[in-house]
Amino acid sequence: MPDGTPPEDDRIEAAVRAVLVSMAGDLTVKEAALLAELEGLGRTIARAKAEIAQLSVDDITGAHIPSATDELDAIVDHTAQATNEILDCCETLERLQGEVPPAAAEALQGAVTRIYEACSFQDITGQRIGKVVAALKAIEQRVEAAVANASGRSAPAAAATGPKTEGEELANGPQLPGGATSQAEIDRLLASFD
Amino acid sequence: MDRNINVLIVDDYRTMLRIIRNLLKQLDFNNVDEATDGQEALAKLRAGNFGLVISDWNMAPMTGLDLLKEVRADARLKNTPFIMITAESKTENVVAAKQAGVSNYIVKPFNAETLREKIEKVLVHA
Repeated sequence: MPDGTPPEDDRIEAAVRAVLVSMAGDLTVKEAALLAELEGLGRTIARAKAEIAQLSVDDITGAHIPSATDELDAIVDHTAQATNEILDCCETLERLQGEVPPAAAEALQGAVTRIYEACSFQDITGQRIGKVVAALKAIEQRVEAAVANASGRSAPAAAATGPKTEGEELANGPQLPGGATSQAEIDRLLASFD
Repeated sequence: MDRNINVLIVDDYRTMLRIIRNLLKQLDFNNVDEATDGQEALAKLRAGNFGLVISDWNMAPMTGLDLLKEVRADARLKNTPFIMITAESKTENVVAAKQAGVSNYIVKPFNAETLREKIEKVLVHA
């Protein structure tokens, strides 16, 4: 502390310790054991607080998380690039359809369609990675806030955001396979409105 | 069913726009325009003459649901068939879209047959 006064938490801890010492002679064996446990717990909490305060938060928020989000962004870019190359090849195959016998053209069309369907993975994985990036940024903010609280500094203010629209509120990205609703279930749900 | 209508596809992933455009081409829909968010889509819809909108949900600065609400609130655009194609598959999303006036709802990943079936269904009823 700038004026040499111990922090509030330390003063409380010292006061509790002083009371415990003064009571030591009047305690039963059971009470003394309990107080010893409490004292140990207090030391563990104090040590944890000190460790949190000494966390290299700048490494986490300045290097680790930005590096992780950059890597994830690079994955999205690479998969987009690869998907576009696959789509280039599909479009070439579609242009060649007129130059092959009808049966082969039909088989070609079926195969190309399946590739188009499979390529939608890039959108889904991109959205999933976006959710991970958002989670990392939330962790970064929580770490900064926890360290600021433990070291007596004021936590950095969260960026102000305006009220969300219903569309934004409900935008959660792809569900995990077990939790997703199938097209058939959605069709049944829509039909129930008719 | 008129396949010469103008179709607007809206998605913030350019690869998805390309996939949907190519699938539409296979279905003989060749007049296709694109937008990468709801705001851009709304400007194109107000400036043009589109017979079908196929939109993603999760986009910024305007989501697909908010675009749908704007379309249904616009006297000139309110009857335009609107299909949502999205990874948002929770019941609450489908219900919100239906209440906002969506014509049909396709969950990603989808197949070409589902796209064909839903387009035919909404255009026949349009």
